[in-house]
Amino acid sequence: MVKYWSAVAAIVQKDVRSELRTKEMVASMFVFSVLVLLIFNFTLSLDGAMTLELAPGILWVAFVFAGSLGLNRSFASERENRSLHGLMLAPVDRSALYFGKLVSNVLFMLVAEAFLLPLFMVFFNLNLFDELEPRAFMTFLLVVGLGTWGYAAVGTTLAAIAANTTMREVLLPVLLFPVAVPVVIGAAESTRLIFQPSAFYSPWTWIRLLAVFSVVFVVVSWLTFEYVLEE
Amino acid sequence: MLVLFGRNGAGKTTFLHMAATLMQPTEGRLLYGDGRKSSTPEEIRRGIGLVSHASFLYADLTVRENLTFYARLYGLSDIPSAVEEATKRADLTARSDSPVRSLSRGMHQRLTIARAVLHRPSLLLLDEPYTGLDPVSADRLSDLLSQSRDRGTAAILTTHDLERGLAAADRVAILESGRLVHEGTGKQDPKEFRKLFAEVTTRGGKPIGH
Repeated sequence: MVKYWSAVAAIVQKDVRSELRTKEMVASMFVFSVLVLLIFNFTLSLDGAMTLELAPGILWVAFVFAGSLGLNRSFASERENRSLHGLMLAPVDRSALYFGKLVSNVLFMLVAEAFLLPLFMVFFNLNLFDELEPRAFMTFLLVVGLGTWGYAAVGTTLAAIAANTTMREVLLPVLLFPVAVPVVIGAAESTRLIFQPSAFYSPWTWIRLLAVFSVVFVVVSWLTFEYVLEE
Repeated sequence: MLVLFGRNGAGKTTFLHMAATLMQPTEGRLLYGDGRKSSTPEEIRRGIGLVSHASFLYADLTVRENLTFYARLYGLSDIPSAVEEATKRADLTARSDSPVRSLSRGMHQRLTIARAVLHRPSLLLLDEPYTGLDPVSADRLSDLLSQSRDRGTAAILTTHDLERGLAAADRVAILESGRLVHEGTGKQDPKEFRKLFAEVTTRGGKPIGH
């Protein structure tokens, strides 16, 4: 068991070291999501109430698009020199490779989102520190974390499938967006209910749904990753 | 050392990938060791080192970082000294902090072999390891392989170079269309073996056992 988690840690450390050197994944996710926010900012003229209504959707569109870009890049380093085969030769259960790549992907997505969030507040003139109570702000951060985890959980497996194909850049979003719909809806709806609290609906209903899907995606990926990797 | 010969597309790489557990055979089964003890795929992989057409190395990481990463994946106990020794054996001590991207083809291949034998496998699988090497690097590779053999490592090597392959072989085999069509000792005259190779591959040799 120690060797299993040591292999997971080795993969995460390798990916972080590689990313710190190249800065390819986080930079491309960040630039792309800024462009998405800019386009929404120019095309929609939002006032105060409307901003709170639409902002969650816009934010999650930016996160999701940037995430799919990052997930596509996450297996690029494994394709070069066919390093994925090197990982597959390791004497550990192949689900360790999944967890290693998953943790790396979540880390990189969270870093890109951390850079994006202040820009989102500037572009849409929405100071979340003023708008939200500290407790609601913490709930919002939980939603960001859960949504990112759930999206990366299914995205990592699908990115591994797409990595072995010639049309990977197109194939990943085509496979990922329909499967990740419950996570995206859950994240956007719970964010909306945090931004605009309702007397009738609680964000926790959606947060629970988000948590369930995140767990389901991790379990399914854990059980199937071995077969996903084999030629 | 078993040297596996065969034309392009004969199934040499596919066989090595199956032996390395990267692919599942569609029929038949692979037995490791004496075939009596059942082992998990993880236990089998622990005893296998593969040198493929691709290096499995990360171009942005240094020589030391690549070897350290694979040493951690294999759960080696004394990683710094294992990495140090592997770097020295591959004659890359002076380049240990250079990114893999900056290495020459020969250095790259030596590092690939160092990566494959880092965990001291009992079975080494080598897929055309001499391809693209200059004569000096090829001789150095032969030395590395004979050192591994002296340490008791079994090896299966595929090559198109009949002379070099026969010189290294204890046993030889020829694959044609995924089937074993010849098996013999390595002590053979290269000219005679070339004739035999042409005969069993171009005229369609019958599989052994048929």
